[in-house]
Order: sequence, then C-alpha cells, then structure tokens
Amino acid sequence: MRRKLTPYLLALPGWAWLALFFVVPLAGMISLSLTSGNVITGFTQTFNVGNYVEAITTYSEQLVRSLLYGLGATLICVAIGYPAAYWIAFHGGKHKSTYLLLILLPFFVSFVLRTISWKFTLSDNGVVLGTLKTIGLLPADFSVLNTAPAVVLGLAYNFLPFMVLPIYAVLERMDHRVVEAAHDLYASKLQAFLRVVLPISLPGVFAGGLMTFIPTTADYVNASVLGGPGNTMIGSIIKTQYLVNNDYPIAAAITFVLMAVLLIGIFSYARALGTERVMEVQAK
Amino acid sequence: MTATTEAPATTAAGTPSLPAPAISLAGVTKNFQSGRESFTAVGGLDLDIQAGEFFSLLGPSGCGKTTTMRMIAGFEEPTTGVVRLDGTDVTGVAPNHRDVNMVFQSYALFPHLSVADNVAFGLKRKRVGKAETDRRVAEMLSLVELGDHGSRKPSQLSGGQRQRVALARALVNQPRALLLDEPLAALDLKLRQAMQMELKRIQRDIGITFIYVTHDQGEALTMSDRIAVMNGGYVEQLGTPAEIYERPATRFVAEFIGTSNLLTGTAAATTADGTDVRLDCGQRVRIAERLSEGTPVDITVRPEKIQLSTAPPDDSLSRVRGTVSDTVYLGSSTHYTVRLDTDTEIVVFQQNDRDLSAADAIAGRGSEVWLSWRPTHSYLLPS
Repeated sequence: MRRKLTPYLLALPGWAWLALFFVVPLAGMISLSLTSGNVITGFTQTFNVGNYVEAITTYSEQLVRSLLYGLGATLICVAIGYPAAYWIAFHGGKHKSTYLLLILLPFFVSFVLRTISWKFTLSDNGVVLGTLKTIGLLPADFSVLNTAPAVVLGLAYNFLPFMVLPIYAVLERMDHRVVEAAHDLYASKLQAFLRVVLPISLPGVFAGGLMTFIPTTADYVNASVLGGPGNTMIGSIIKTQYLVNNDYPIAAAITFVLMAVLLIGIFSYARALGTERVMEVQAK
Repeated sequence: MTATTEAPATTAAGTPSLPAPAISLAGVTKNFQSGRESFTAVGGLDLDIQAGEFFSLLGPSGCGKTTTMRMIAGFEEPTTGVVRLDGTDVTGVAPNHRDVNMVFQSYALFPHLSVADNVAFGLKRKRVGKAETDRRVAEMLSLVELGDHGSRKPSQLSGGQRQRVALARALVNQPRALLLDEPLAALDLKLRQAMQMELKRIQRDIGITFIYVTHDQGEALTMSDRIAVMNGGYVEQLGTPAEIYERPATRFVAEFIGTSNLLTGTAAATTADGTDVRLDCGQRVRIAERLSEGTPVDITVRPEKIQLSTAPPDDSLSRVRGTVSDTVYLGSSTHYTVRLDTDTEIVVFQQNDRDLSAADAIAGRGSEVWLSWRPTHSYLLPS
C-alpha cells in the first residue's frame, strides 16, 4: 500500500507548487478578466464578456502583427539555427561544447541590454548601415530601425538559442550511422538528409519552434526598443493596460485571447507536423 | 567518380583464367591523419574474394578489419591501392554508387520508418516500381521470418529481430556482396548461435558473397568458407577454417585461433621419420619435419590432439611427463592443465567417453601423468 502511494507522495510538492502558483493565479486572472470597474472604485465580478469583445476588436491589429512577427522570427531562427545545430552535432568534433557556449554567450548579457545594443548596431549611421552607405551600397536615407524587419531581426537574435538547443539535442542523440546506412542504400547526400536526418530531427524542430514562437509572439521589449510607435506588439498593450492604465480586466482579457490564439496555433502546428509520429521517435 | 571497366578474367600474372573475383583489393593501404599524427590502419592488403564465398575478416580490435570493410563499402577511401568489384575499379566511387550493402554493428535502422519502409529504402532510391518493391520486401521479410512485422517500428522489435531487419534491408537490394560488421555482437549467446546458422542458411540460399567482420574466432570458424586473420593492419594468414586451425602460419594465428600449446626447443637429432626436439624444459618430443641439428624450433599442439594417460605411452609417439595442476569438468569433456616444469604448461582436452570412475582416477590434481600425441600433430610454426 505504502509502496503504491510513494510516487504520488513524491510528486506532491510539484503538484502543490503548480496548484499554488499556476492554477490559482490563472483562475484569478480568468475571474479578473470578467470584472468591471476601475482601480479607484475597485473591480466587481459582473461576468462582463464585453472585455473580450473589446480586446479582440480594439487590438486585433496588434494581435495579428504579434503573430506575424513571432512567425517571422521563428522562421529565421529555423533557417539559421538548424544548420548551426547540424554543424555542431555532426562536425563539431571535440569542441562541441565550446560552440554551444558561443551560441549561449549572449545570454550572459541582460536581455534588455542585448536589445539596446542592437539599436546601436542597426542605427542609421551605425557600424552596419553606416559602412554600407559609405561604400555606396545603400542610399543615404535608408533606415532599418523603427521598421518591422528591425523587430523581427531583434526577436530572432534574442531567441535563437531556444531553437538551436533542442535541434542540437536531437541531432546529437541520433545514431549517426543511419546517415551512412542511407548512403549505403543508394541515397545521395541530399536524400539522406531529407529522408533520414530531417525526419528524425523533427521533434527538435517542433520543440524549438514552440520555444521561439511563444515567447517572441508575447515579447514587447524588442518592439518598444527597435520598433518605434508604428510596430507595437500585443505584449506592449498588455503591459500598458496593466502597469500604466491599471485597467486590469482588459489586460487580463487580452492575455487570454493571446493564450487561446497561441494554443490553437500550437495544436494545428502539432497536427501538421504529425506529432504522434514525432513523439514516438523522441520516446525512443 | 567514373568507374572504369577493365578486361575481366585476367589475374595478376596476366594469364586468362577464372572470372574476376567478386571483390579484389590490390595494394590497399589506409592511413588516418589526426592533427600531426598519422596512424596506419591497414598496412598493405591484397585480397581476392570469390563470388558466392562466405569470407571472414577476423582479428582483434584495431587490426584493420573494419577499416578494410569500410573501404569496400566506400565509406573510407584507401590511401593507396585499388578496390575492384567484379573487376571494375570502384576506388573513389561514393557508397551510394557501389553495388554492395552493409549490415551495421548497431544495425543503424531508420527509427522513423516502419520495418517494411526500412527494407524498401534502397529499392525506392533505385526507383524500383511500387509493385515490385512491395513484392521483394514481403519476400525478404518472410525469408528472415518477420513476415507479419512489416508495419512495426524498429523500437518495437527485439535485438534479434532488429538484426534480421538490418539483414533484410541490405539483402533486398540483391547486392554483389553483403558486408557484415560484427552483426551478432550485440546478441546474447543462444541467439548468436542460432543466427550463425541462420546467416549461413540465408547465404547458401541466395548465393550472395558475404564479407563478415568479426573478432570472434568461433563465429568465423563456424560460418566461413575462407578466413583472413588480420593483425596490425596486415593479413597474417588466409585460408579455410581447417587450414587456419590446423596449420597456423604464425604464432599470432596459433594463439588467436582456439587454444594452442606453444612449445619452444631445439632440434636435437634427425631420425628416419622426423626430428627429435629437445624442449626448453628438458623433455624430448618428436616432429614429422626433418630439421638440421641445432635449429631453434617453435611447435604448437592443439589440446584435443593430446592423450592423457597414467601408463607410459608408445615410444613412437611424442610423449612428455607432467603433473596435473588444474582440471575443469565441462560435461562432454574435461580440460586438464598439466605442468611440465615451472615455465611450461600444456592444456589437454579429453572427451569424457570413458567410465567416470576411470576418468576420475586420471584426473586427480597433483597426479603424475603422461601426455602423448602423434609427431604429425606437432605443428612446426614457421620462424
């Protein structure tokens, strides 16, 4: 009897933690999102669905923009991160951990500082644009800052390691002899990659995709530092409603709209990639 | 990447004879460069493997057997020398353009594909039609007795089943030669022995050349038509299992294959039918070869050729006296260790075909015994 209970007892602190710090606040937020009132007179529970209507109608532009930016950043991360992870896993030799450390090195600098340094990098007469303008490759009035690409680039830069690490983990763990086996069975190098390496590494791409898409979509630092007023993301709206306007119900409602959209996105993404198959490979 | 076809049916001597061997290595060497250090894995290899042969590369780890196989498969290119398949020079040809297939030690099955898709992989790359692919896959799966496992994933199979999938995945392509890299190493003893028989049966049935890399001499002796015993990047001896066992060409082969009793001595006197050899321990044995007096001699005697007795054996035999220092009872046979002097021990295998009581009487530890064997069973190692 006691032996049967032991695993549950061991899991108890974890469950308690989740209940206390995840379920309770979440329930509180759902309740808050349905209240009316203001911060001075207090909020009363009125099951005010109007908060959600307002969140969707007023901020749909920022919501769609956030999803597009998040998607763009995630695609850039796959495009840069997959080859990097592949190279480290297959050709890193004995310096693999050094290369991984280099990928992680920017994390040793604060997130906000990193983003601000990108502001200098991308500034109109900075190292990159200034040089290109001097040698005449770009017109003098060319600008990247305060545009959508600046935000997407900043997001991709900041979240790249979240893409590289899960892909690397899968590529590193797979039996590299399967590549030789594919060559032995008449596959060219490209076919061996497309038919064997890529399918086996899909769980890593899936995990990396989630780990970049979710935080990039909800991010507001990059948009405020690099994007200027025209490129506000949904995270900025939530922050402003919460901390500046103190309109907690609408902030909570926007949060849940974002969460719902992300969940729908994730499930359709999982379906598209065929996660059951993907998870099976990973389980092995 | 071009393969040049040479006129078949010419041997090294240039005389037309047998068809070109299925696989031929000529003057093949392989050096690995790691930083400034160079390591010679294969020091010089000339091998002709005939079509339909079960050929084993046998040796301890690091002897170059796996490198040799990988050069045949195309995963490594020889530093010097030429690899030919059916007389065609394939040196420099990528593995996917070579008509040989490999069974990997770790099997290297594709974990994301079903058993049937694993087996069909090579046929699909070769653009074999769907109907024929399905037929050949089904046929091959039933040959390896996995007919109803086609839809499973490799992770759902046992070690022995995975091994057979790896075999089917290679054989279904009907390669000119099948390369097997210690394919049974991961299996337990019973399964390994069953698979040895199974591999031999499949090889006989389909008649494809098998090249089998192993460090297990028992496995090589059981299955092979011919064995190349490798050591330090060179072939020590090439021959049938019986030749290699009965007539080891070098001390290394004698010690690596089976159990050997190595005795050193000096030729003392020639007689009508051989030479008397004075062993280093002082006793005399007889060998069939005639050697001039004073020649240093290394001889080896297999343990099962030796008779153990308490009474002095016939004078025409090689015979020595010693003390039993250890016995191991193995059911069908008993292994005795007999000490001639402090430096020399001889291992003797006796079939337990006598009365147990009689065997017991001989077997006692510490008892004085005679060992005898025919002079022709003293095999003289080339010096």
